[in-house]
Amino acid sequence: MSRFTDLFMGMLGAAPKKPKKISERVQKIMFLKYEDKDRYIKEKLHARAHHDVSHKWRNRRWAVLIATNLLFVLSFWLDIQLLEGSLTASRFAGFHLIDLNSALQIMLAHKHIIVNLFIGTFTVFLLWVLLGGRTFCSWVCPYHLVSELTEKLHLMLVDRKIVTDHEFHRGTRTVFWALFALLAIVTGYTVFETLSPTGILSRALIYGPGLALGWVGLLLLFEVFYSRRAWCRYICPIGLTYGAVGSISPLQITYHVEHCFHEGDCRKVCLVPHVLEVTVKGRASDETMGLGPDCTRCGLCVDVCPTGALRFEVKGLSKLL
Amino acid sequence: MSENKPAPAKKPAMSIEKAQKARRKFLHSAGLTGAVIGLSLLGYIPVTSAKTPRLRPPGALNESDFLSSCIKCGQCVQVCPVQAIKLGDLKDGFGVGVPHIDAREQACDFSCDAVQCILACPTGSLTYKKPGFLNIREGALLAAAPILKAKEKDAEPTLNLKERIGVARLARPESCLAVQGKGFKGEARSGSFKGKMRYMDVDRWKPIPVREHPYDVPLCDLCVRECPVKDAIALKPVKGADGVERMTPVVLEPCVGCGVCEMICPAEPAAIVIDAQATWKEA
Ligand code: SF4
Ligand code: SF4
Ligand code: SF4
Ligand code: SF4
Repeated sequence: MSRFTDLFMGMLGAAPKKPKKISERVQKIMFLKYEDKDRYIKEKLHARAHHDVSHKWRNRRWAVLIATNLLFVLSFWLDIQLLEGSLTASRFAGFHLIDLNSALQIMLAHKHIIVNLFIGTFTVFLLWVLLGGRTFCSWVCPYHLVSELTEKLHLMLVDRKIVTDHEFHRGTRTVFWALFALLAIVTGYTVFETLSPTGILSRALIYGPGLALGWVGLLLLFEVFYSRRAWCRYICPIGLTYGAVGSISPLQITYHVEHCFHEGDCRKVCLVPHVLEVTVKGRASDETMGLGPDCTRCGLCVDVCPTGALRFEVKGLSKLL
Repeated sequence: MSENKPAPAKKPAMSIEKAQKARRKFLHSAGLTGAVIGLSLLGYIPVTSAKTPRLRPPGALNESDFLSSCIKCGQCVQVCPVQAIKLGDLKDGFGVGVPHIDAREQACDFSCDAVQCILACPTGSLTYKKPGFLNIREGALLAAAPILKAKEKDAEPTLNLKERIGVARLARPESCLAVQGKGFKGEARSGSFKGKMRYMDVDRWKPIPVREHPYDVPLCDLCVRECPVKDAIALKPVKGADGVERMTPVVLEPCVGCGVCEMICPAEPAAIVIDAQATWKEA
C-alpha cells in the first residue's frame, strides 16, 4: 500500500503501522542522534530551555475563527450583506458557498441536485482542497472552539484524577459517516443536521439562541466528564468529509525527523494524535513527512514543539524556496 | 498483497488483557453509535406527530420535500424585510433550522415586492418553479400569477409565485366585527404588538410597525383592506339566521395564504386564520 492509502486508512480508523522501509538518510540521522547519548540529552534540555511556550498559531487561528463567525453575525445584524447565511450554506459577496457535508446530506435525502447547490459546493470544495480539508474544523467551526476550551477543563479533571478519559475506536467516525448517509437516503430527512453542533451553534450565533443549545451543552458535558473531544474525534462526519477532501491538499504540517527529540509533547496537545504517529521513534521513513489527512492544521503541535520539527508547509514549495 | 515474509512470526498473539481491552473499546464504541443514532432518530417524533402543519415561506416545496431539501442556512430569514421567517428549534426534530412563518406574529406582506426569500434560497427548497418530478398538489396551484396591490401601477404588477402556501378561512365568524356589523377604531393589535407592515400610502420601501398605523373604519374590513393580493378576499353580504343582512369576509381563489389578514384582524383571537399548507377547494 502506498503511504497515501495508509494515511487515508488511518483517517478512517486503521491503527498506524510501522514503516516497512526506512530510508538510509533517516537511519543515519537516527544513528547520529543516539551515538552520543550525553550530547543528545544535553541538546534536548537546551532546546527545551530556549523554547518559550508559543501561542502564535493558536492565536492566529482563534482570530480567524472568531472573525469568520463574527462576519456571519454582523452581516445579518448590521445588514452589511457581506457573508449571508450560516455555516451550512452562505453567500460571500454574492458567491454561493455550501458546506460539503450538508450538501451531501441533502442530495442523499432529497435525491435531486440543483444548480446553485452544485456551484456552491464546488467553490467550497476548491477552497478546502487548497487550504487542506480539516482546516475547516480548527479554523472555522464554532464547536471546535468551545470544545477546545472545555477540553482544558477535562484535562484538569483528568490531572486531578477526578475523571478518566475514555477512548473509543477511531473507526466509529467512519461508521457514523456511513450511517448518517444511509439514514438520509432511507428516511428522506437530513437526520445528521438535527444533531450537528456546528449548524446549531452557527445558527444560534446568527439567529439567536434556542433549545438546541441544550444538546450542545450535553455534548460538552460528555466531553468534559467522559471522553476527550469525543464529538470531533469519534462522531462528526463533517470532519471526515473535509479530511477526505483535504487529503490532496498541498498545505500541510510537515515533520522533520532530524530536529525531533521524540518526547511526544505534540501528541499530547493534538486533537487527532494518530496523525503524529511519525514522531514516535522509528516511525518515520523519510527525512521530512507530511502528516495524515486527519490533521486539522490547528498548529498546536507547531506551537508546542521546542525544536521546530513540525512546520506549516506547502507541498513542493519549500523545495523551490 | 505480495509479501513473502513470515508474517505470523512477527506478530505475537494478543495478550488476554489486550484482547479484553480491545473488546471493551469495541463495545463502548458500539454503544456510542447506538446512543447517538437513537437520539438523532428522536427527530421523527415532532415530524410525525405534528397536529397542525406549519406555514412555510412562499414557494416552499411540499412538506416532506421541504424538510429534506432545506439546508437550514437561514438565507431566506436574512432577506425578508419584515422578518416574517423564523427557523425551527430542536423541538421540531428534523425540522430544526427549517424556516416557517407565524402569521399572527408577523405575516408575509410581500414588502420585498419580489418574493426575495425564493431568490435567496440556494437549494431550491423555496422555488419559483418546481422541477418536473415533484408533484403539485391539487388546489395548490394558483389559477393566475397573483397581482400585488402594491405594484398595481407598475409595468409588472404580478408576483412570481405559482403555488399558494395556505388558504385563509373565517374560523370564528361569531367574533368577526364585520359580521357583527361593527366598525373599528384604534390600533389593530394591542400596543405591545411588534408586527410590521408596508403601508403604500406611508412608504413603499419601509415597512412600519402596525401599531403606528391606527384605523378608523365604520365597518371593519381590515383583512380585506390590507390583503396584499388583489381579489383574494372581499366583504360580501350574507343573510344571518335572524334574517338581517350582514357583511362577511369571503376568501377567494387568488388567496396565497400569506397571513396578513390573520395578523391584522383586531379580534382576539383572530376571527380569520390561515390554514397552513391547505389547498383551494371550491366552496
Ligand atoms: S497535528 Fe498539529 S495541526 Fe494537526 S491536528 Fe494535531 S496538533 Fe493540530
Ligand atoms: S415574500 Fe414575504 S416572506 Fe418572503 S421575503 Fe418577501 S416579505 Fe418576506
Ligand atoms: S434559504 Fe432555503 S435552504 Fe436556506 S433556510 Fe431558507 S428555505 Fe432553507
Ligand atoms: S379583520 Fe377580522 S374582524 Fe375585521 S373583518 Fe376581517 S376577519 Fe372580521
